Amino acid sequence: MQVPAPFEYQRVHSVDEAIALLDRLGDTARLVAGGHSLIPMMKLRLANFEYLIDINELHDQLGYIRVEPGLIRIGAMTRHRELLESDELAAAFPIFRDAERVIADPVVRNRGTLGGSLCQADPSEDLSAVCTTLGASCVVQGLDGERVVPMEDFHQGPYETAVGDAEMLTEVRFPVRPGGSSAYEKVERRAGDWAVVSAGAAVWLDGGSITDARVGLAAVGPNTAGIPGIADVMRGRPPGEELYARAGDIAAEACSPATDRRGSAEYKRHLARELTVRVLRRAVARAGRQEA
Amino acid sequence: MQVTMNVNGEEVSREIEGRLLLVHFLRDHLRLTGTHWGCDTSNCGTCVVWLDGEPVKSCTVLAAMAGGHEVRTVEGMEKDGELDAVQKGFVECHGLQCGFCTPGMMMTARALLDRNPDPSEQEIREAISGQICRCTGYATIVRSIRWAAAEEAGTRTTATEASAS
Amino acid sequence: MTTTVPADGHRTAFVDNDQKPCGHGRMLRKEDPRFVRGRGRYVDDLQLPGMLHLAILRSPLAHARLVSVDTSLAEAHPKVRLVVTGAMLAEKGLAWMPTLSGDVQAVLATDKVRFQGQEVAFVVAEDRYAARDALELIDVEYEPLDPVIDVRTALAPDAPVIRDDLEGKRDNHCFDWETGDAVETDAVFARADVVVKEDIVYPRVHPAPMETCGAVADYDAVDGKLTLWSTTQAPHAHRTLYAIVAGLPEHKIRVVSPDIGGGFGNKVPIYPGYVCAIVGSLLTGKPVKWMEDRSENLITTGFARDYIMRGEIAATREGKILAVRTHVLADHGAFNGTAAPVKYPAGFFGVFTGSYDIEAAYCRMTAAYTNKAPGGVAYACSFRITEAVYLIERIVDCLAYELGMDPVELRMQNLIRPEQFPYRTKTGWVYDSGNYAPTMELATQLAGYAELRAEQAEKRARGELMGIGVSFFTEAVGAGPRKDMDILGLGMADGCELRVHPTGKAVVRLSVQSQGQGHETTFAQIVAEELGIPPQDIEVVHGDTDQTPFGLGTYGSRSTPVSGAAAALVARKVRDKARLIASSMLEVSVADLEWEKGSFQVAGDPKASVTIQDIAMRAHGAGDLPDGVEGGLEAQICYNPENLTYPHGAYICVVDIDPGTAKVTVRRFVAVDDCGTRINPMIIEGQVHGGLTDGVGMALMEMIAFDEDGNCLSGSLMDYLIPTSLEVPDWETGFTVTPSPHHPIGAKGVGESATVGSPPAIVNAVVDALKPFGVRHADMPLTPSRVWEAMQGRPTPPI
Repeated sequence: MQVPAPFEYQRVHSVDEAIALLDRLGDTARLVAGGHSLIPMMKLRLANFEYLIDINELHDQLGYIRVEPGLIRIGAMTRHRELLESDELAAAFPIFRDAERVIADPVVRNRGTLGGSLCQADPSEDLSAVCTTLGASCVVQGLDGERVVPMEDFHQGPYETAVGDAEMLTEVRFPVRPGGSSAYEKVERRAGDWAVVSAGAAVWLDGGSITDARVGLAAVGPNTAGIPGIADVMRGRPPGEELYARAGDIAAEACSPATDRRGSAEYKRHLARELTVRVLRRAVARAGRQEA
Repeated sequence: MQVTMNVNGEEVSREIEGRLLLVHFLRDHLRLTGTHWGCDTSNCGTCVVWLDGEPVKSCTVLAAMAGGHEVRTVEGMEKDGELDAVQKGFVECHGLQCGFCTPGMMMTARALLDRNPDPSEQEIREAISGQICRCTGYATIVRSIRWAAAEEAGTRTTATEASAS
Repeated sequence: MTTTVPADGHRTAFVDNDQKPCGHGRMLRKEDPRFVRGRGRYVDDLQLPGMLHLAILRSPLAHARLVSVDTSLAEAHPKVRLVVTGAMLAEKGLAWMPTLSGDVQAVLATDKVRFQGQEVAFVVAEDRYAARDALELIDVEYEPLDPVIDVRTALAPDAPVIRDDLEGKRDNHCFDWETGDAVETDAVFARADVVVKEDIVYPRVHPAPMETCGAVADYDAVDGKLTLWSTTQAPHAHRTLYAIVAGLPEHKIRVVSPDIGGGFGNKVPIYPGYVCAIVGSLLTGKPVKWMEDRSENLITTGFARDYIMRGEIAATREGKILAVRTHVLADHGAFNGTAAPVKYPAGFFGVFTGSYDIEAAYCRMTAAYTNKAPGGVAYACSFRITEAVYLIERIVDCLAYELGMDPVELRMQNLIRPEQFPYRTKTGWVYDSGNYAPTMELATQLAGYAELRAEQAEKRARGELMGIGVSFFTEAVGAGPRKDMDILGLGMADGCELRVHPTGKAVVRLSVQSQGQGHETTFAQIVAEELGIPPQDIEVVHGDTDQTPFGLGTYGSRSTPVSGAAAALVARKVRDKARLIASSMLEVSVADLEWEKGSFQVAGDPKASVTIQDIAMRAHGAGDLPDGVEGGLEAQICYNPENLTYPHGAYICVVDIDPGTAKVTVRRFVAVDDCGTRINPMIIEGQVHGGLTDGVGMALMEMIAFDEDGNCLSGSLMDYLIPTSLEVPDWETGFTVTPSPHHPIGAKGVGESATVGSPPAIVNAVVDALKPFGVRHADMPLTPSRVWEAMQGRPTPPI
């Protein structure tokens, strides 16, 4: 089996300790949470670091899902399985359970974390698409305290984030508005594979018309992307197949897929349209059930 | 660096490199070779062990990360000379051929039954979906786990009756 | 005789040892107690005192001239004991080794690298981490050359020559091969009502057993003895080849194949890594372990398939198949590493006429070298029958499409009839036995075929995509006979030794080796059936050349057809001797004895009997034996099969396709297999299940792909997709029994049947589902994207 190049292992027990260590070690160090993206890359020697800072002991502090009025806060060390199994989260944002069912596999989900997923910044990563769809913001802590970065600014290209050398992602915040629901769908070649394309939708209804709609796509561009044009078209209109189809066309138009082993660009563009329609339809149905 | 952890109920301590993978710590340092490895990318699942009671892929966990924690491997399944119901189920239902994926499959199966004593076929298929078997086509693995569930349900019923009487 | 029995219901009782059958029947596996305890003994589990670890530096380029290899930094690494380059091996005459096809392959490159991942140098270090680290300290300078990746252009006059190591080689031509009668076939085609032609690609795939390949070599300089624990399906053949390659005396080489974590053909060839481990041990005087990682396994070891086939079928308007014609372009990679009998460069592809009674057939094949990994026969293919069956079963479906006929009906109308067996095909193969129609009928019955067609019609009317695919296959397994079949001059026959101990327990020694097929159980059952000794009293020894008789090993589903026959016959030999001893014990003539499983009794007086255990004690004990009978109760044999055996089967697959995403779901799969006499139905069912899963993999997702520079794009299990529990249905199996007339117990071998038979059933089902789109053919792997492209009217070949 392939093995990582030598590095120094450091374990931290607090966020401050982690940040102080990052500050001291600079870009020679990397945080490791679940490790299921990072460690394979290090084994294949696609990534090498002099220091690896293990933050798994922070799970007690940063592994939480807190539902507050108007806001859900999720700690960066919350593991996929915890996200999958949280009924409170599923009630507010069914998109999480939809997505978590198809992220990697159950054993990987025991280990992988929300923060790790977002910081990996893989263009095909599902939780990033979920966070994009829900208009999340990321709490990034550094030496001088914390700053809040909206999802749109968090990813700065494939495998690049807004998190600086002496910073770490500690929490992700999700605004909760009434009358909304959400859904996620992924097409994969096989269970556990990265998405060929996936799409998330969140919609808000008021008295039979759409007040807001957001769609996030994965694997069709350099980062998971929200499609702002869709909200413009859907706002103020009653939901329906024709509207979903228009939204689907906008999604297909807005994305920039590339042909690879997972599929042709044409197929991916088709999926962006098809999945957008499906998730909007399902999110609206769910929101309708809530309203009723 | 020095690492100390509890493996199958025993405290073990070794001097290791920080980069040592847990699977190699178990296999090469402790000689617990029942845990296997079959890929470099945490896809195959032949390396599944328990870390603090949860199945994890030990090829993607550093031995150092397991320091201070509890690890359980296939060697820890048999209790006092009695095979675990999952082990019996795999024998009874031909849930293995070459035996290479088997320890990992059984560790996941045991964890599943601990949380859900009566899983459906679909729940079993989902639980083992991160682990590849190249021999069995999975149907007999599903049967093996169902067998273990039924066996334990039977045992529990008997135990309940015994305590009631 | 053929009997038709529906599939067993599944039993859930735990069977105690004393309830096990004494002979054939469902019996729990004897090997399982160690496996479920994590006490299997695989190559990488071995730790020897002082053992060193070997890692191989591989070429990042597909085609390049080797300019220089600088190992000085690696040698300076504190944990490194040895660094070896191709130049160093060349000095010892070990830089090249023969392949199983009589070509040569570089152990370490000396002049050029010819595929990505080719071995360039190796390091031996104190631990596996240090060995891996040291690879990065080797500096290699390459001069890139144009690679030849597309086999269609490999034979172009201006193509770069890959094998300039071969004297006088001016092109990339590997071999030509033909079978059948071209003139006769052309004549039949000329007068046929209907001719259907289709280009069919069987892409390159990989067996990818869960355990990768590896070895531990331990050379003892004092004894001059080399022990090699290795992941081999053919320990004896490997030993002989090591003797030839390394110049070591054969009696001083012991090859041990311990528990093997799956083989599927991947562990038949000799890989450079094994030779490197041997060299490493010879040079360091220490045991040396080499275990390849998954990328090395996928990128460099024996691939399978890679055939581009033009299939043509001729028929009457009523659906009588008259002839089949095909032209195949075969990609053999950089070295011809095919593991097939010498006289069969295309393996057993000659059975491409399938299960049908036709008038004429012809195949012409051209094989070429490309800058890809060597191999060609692997992945449970029965020596290329996978490709042959896929071709015929796909083209028959194309014919059904053109004729507007039901694919079951078309097949039923053309199957070879029972009275025609033994049946000589138009390409010269003699099918030993078969009764095909009942097998097909049972499959349709288990599937509820008529109801499925009705359901499909309803769904089509609603715009839903459901497909029903059928395949019928005939396999040819159990190579030799030795007069026709050899591997590098070693005849394909297998030895077996049986020794009954004084207390009536026995040990049987085999030349074949299990990679998970349950030989320790099946072979004990074969002997038990013949001698009446309970299977748990029979130890099966295999996988160790010092402890077992010579033979060619396990691949091509040959264990039961060849070694199974050997085990039965050696047991009968022992029984013959036991009869002589029994006659003296019972004081009657041999003619007055009757054999009841486990004992001889006097005819007409069943109370006067002696058990095989009594006889064993007498054979070893005090007292006289009959004149001319030696003490002991043992025998040995080398079984040379009279013919191949020809299992068959009928498969039906049901798929649903999401019209919006084009994702295929295999909803049901019905497999009815006929492998002759069934020794352990539980093990047979397991073999079938595994093969069906392979079929889902190949049909829907597995493929070794390359970019135009020859970079392998499928070098990890993230990219080379293997089905999980969620892509396969709960298999529905049934069986018929048509014994082989020439096999001592009528058994035929089943290890690869399902891998051979299932891909066409699945592809036929997908194509059937796509009928509303006018799709007649789409190539594997049928990923969602490729299915969607077919739905858009542009199905594309995968290469």
